[in-house]
Amino acid sequence: MALVDRLGQTLDSGSGGGIILTSVDALANWSRGKSLWAMPMGTACCAMELIAASFNKFDFDRHGTFPRPDPRHTDVMVVAGTITRKMAPAVKRLYEQMADPKWVIAMGNCAISGGIFYYDTYSVVRGVDEFLPVDVYIAGCPPRPESLQDGVLRLREIIATGSISPDRVREAVLTLPSSGAVSFGKRPGEGEAR
Amino acid sequence: MSVEIESRECVVRGDGGVVEQLVVNVGPSHPSTHGVCRVIVHLDGEVVTKAEPVIGYLHRGIEKMAENRTYLQVVPLTDRLDYVGSMYANWAYCRALERLAGIRVPERAEYLRVIVCEMQRIASHMMSLGSAAADSGAATMFIYAFDQRERIIELFEELCGARLTYNYVRPGGVSFDVPEGWVETALAFCRTHRAALTEMDRLYFGNVIARDRLKGVGVLSAADAVAWGASGPVARGSGVNFDLRKHDPYSVYPRFDFDVPTGSNGDCYDRARVRLFECYESCRILEQAIAQMEPGPFRTEGLPRLLAPRPGDAYDHIESARGSLGVYLVADGTPRPYRMKVRSPAFCNLALLPMLAEGHMLSDLVVILGSLDPVFGEVDR
Amino acid sequence: MNIPELRDHLCAIHPDLCPLFSIEFGDGVLSVPCEKLYDAAADLRELGFDRLGMVTAVDHGTEFEMVYRLHSRSMSAAIFLKCGVSRDEPRVRSLVDLWPAALWQEREAYDMFGIEFEGHPDLRRILLPEGWEGFPLRKDYCDDRVVRRPDYI
Repeated sequence: MALVDRLGQTLDSGSGGGIILTSVDALANWSRGKSLWAMPMGTACCAMELIAASFNKFDFDRHGTFPRPDPRHTDVMVVAGTITRKMAPAVKRLYEQMADPKWVIAMGNCAISGGIFYYDTYSVVRGVDEFLPVDVYIAGCPPRPESLQDGVLRLREIIATGSISPDRVREAVLTLPSSGAVSFGKRPGEGEAR
Repeated sequence: MSVEIESRECVVRGDGGVVEQLVVNVGPSHPSTHGVCRVIVHLDGEVVTKAEPVIGYLHRGIEKMAENRTYLQVVPLTDRLDYVGSMYANWAYCRALERLAGIRVPERAEYLRVIVCEMQRIASHMMSLGSAAADSGAATMFIYAFDQRERIIELFEELCGARLTYNYVRPGGVSFDVPEGWVETALAFCRTHRAALTEMDRLYFGNVIARDRLKGVGVLSAADAVAWGASGPVARGSGVNFDLRKHDPYSVYPRFDFDVPTGSNGDCYDRARVRLFECYESCRILEQAIAQMEPGPFRTEGLPRLLAPRPGDAYDHIESARGSLGVYLVADGTPRPYRMKVRSPAFCNLALLPMLAEGHMLSDLVVILGSLDPVFGEVDR
Repeated sequence: MNIPELRDHLCAIHPDLCPLFSIEFGDGVLSVPCEKLYDAAADLRELGFDRLGMVTAVDHGTEFEMVYRLHSRSMSAAIFLKCGVSRDEPRVRSLVDLWPAALWQEREAYDMFGIEFEGHPDLRRILLPEGWEGFPLRKDYCDDRVVRRPDYI
C-alpha cells in the first residue's frame, strides 16, 4: 500500500505538516487506480449486469468507476458479452481509440473463451484475448455485479504494481481468496495472517 | 466509432436545389442503440433523409448450434436470445417441443409459467421504458425503473438461482417450485409496483419536455403495423388490438380477467405509454394467478432425458414483452432438432426503423429506436 | 376459427387449393408447387390473412422447403404455406409486394440458405458481414473455424 493511501494521517504527523514523501510511481498508480473510467463494451447479456452494477443497488461510482461510452474518455474497457466476427474489428478499433494507459476486463464466459458459444458456431470469436491484451478475467454467465466490482478491485492491485518506467514494472501478486462483497462466513484458520 | 461522419457530398434535390448531404455512421457501439446496432444515416442538415440499420453484430448462430444439441440442451441457448426477458424464449421453445412430442404440462406448472412471464414482462418493460427515457436525457426515470426491475430480478434469483439466464421453464414443466414465502413477496411487490408506476407516469409522461420529445415522433399507422408484421407494444401503440394472450389464448390465460391497452396515434409516446399500462395489467394477472394456483406437481414425471419426437414440424408462439415470439421446430426422429427457427418480434419491429425515422431530426432517431425496444440478442440470434 | 372450419372456408372459395390442404400437429398446412406460391399467397391475403408472421426455409438434403406462416386477425387463424425449391437453383418469387414484412425476413433466408427471391428490391446479406462465403444453415456448410462439440449426449 502506497503512502498516498494514508494521506490524512501522513499529513498530520509529518514534520511541520503539509509535506509527504512518496515515489512518483506510487502517486501515479494511486491516481490511476482510484478513478478508472470504464468503456462499457456491452454487446450481450453481460451488458445487463454491467448496467445493473452501475445503478442504484450496486452503485459502481463508489469505487470511482464510472461508465463513459466514449473511448477517448476512458481507462478500462469492460468487454461484456459475446464478440462476433462482425463485431471484432469495431472492438479493436475502439480499443485503439482509448488513450494510454489502458486496461481490458473480459467480463463473462463469452468474452473469456466464447463460453456457451464455443462449439458449433461459425460466427463467434472464442475469447476477446484473441485480439486484445486482457488484464482481468471475470467468470460467470453472466457474472454477478459484485463479481464485476471485485474484478475492478483486482485491476487496481495490478495497476499498483505498474511503473511509469517500463523496466521497473513488478509482477502482480494477487491475494486469494477473493476479498469481494460475497462472503460465505469464516472458515477455520481464515482471517489470520497468510 | 460512436458517431462519425462517413462522407460529405453535394446532391441535387428533386426540385433542382443543391443540398449538402452528410452520411453519418451511428454505432455499432453507441449508448443509445440498445446494444450493437449500427445505423447509417443520410442527413440533410439535421433532418434524416434515409436511415439504414445494419444488424448482425451479435449473430451467434444459435439456430445452427441447436442442430447439434439434444432437445433439453437447447433450453439454455434460448435464454441467451432475449436476454432482457429470458423466460419468454424458454417458454416458446418448450411449447413448440411439447406440441411436437405430445408432452402434457401439469396445471401448477402452467400457472408458474404465467407468473414468471408476467413478472418478466414488468422487468422487461422497466428496462425498455428506462433506457428509452435515458436516451432522450431523462436519466432519473432510468433509476426509478431500474429499481423496480431489480426487485423482480431478486425474486427470480430466489426462485431459480440466476439473475438473468434462468433456464427455468423446461419441457414438461418448470425446474423448481416456489420457495416458502415467495408468493407473499411477489404479492407485496405488486402493491408497491402499482404505486411506483403511478409515480413514474407523473415523473416521465407528465413532464412537458418528455412529452414534446415523444409526441408526434415516429408515427406508425395501423395498416403499416399489420403489413410490416409488427407485434407487441409497437403494433398496439398504433391501435392494432393484437395480443396473443387474448386472440390466440394459450396456457391458462383465458381464466384471467385483463385488458389489452392500445394507443391511438402510433407515435413514440403511445408505444411507451402502452408499455406502462401493460405493467398494471401484468400486476392484475399476477394477483389472479397466485390466487388461483393450487398445490400439485410442477413438472411431468418420467420424461426421458433423451427426447426423440416423431418426425414432423411444429410452431408455437407466445406474447413476449416485444411481441409474438414463435419457435418453429423440425424433428427427424433423432434426439436432436433438425431445424430450429426463432420468429423474433424485435427483428420484425426493427425493420420499421427506416420508415419511421425518415423526415425526423437525428436526435429523434434514438427516441424512435428506443420506442421500438430492440434486444439484439433476439434480433441477431 | 378452428382448422376444419378454415379448410371448409378455403375449399368453398378456392377449390383448386383444397386438395393441397392438410393438418399437421394441429396446424393447417397448404403445400403448393413453387410456381404457384405467389398466387396462393395472394389468394390467402384476399381471404383475410393480413399478417406474414414468419419466412424461413428448411434444408432437407434433396431440396429446400420454404415455410411461410400467415396469420389472420379477423378469422383468428393461422396457416402454413410451404413449397419445395430445387437445391441446384434455389429461386422463388418474393412476397414483398404483398407484405413488406417479407423485406427483412427474405433477406435473412437468403443470408442463411442462399435462396434467391425474384423481385426482392434489396437482396443482400443481413446478419453476416458482406463477403461471407457460404450459407451457414445449409446442412453441407463447411467452415474450418467451427469446433464440433464432442458427442457426450
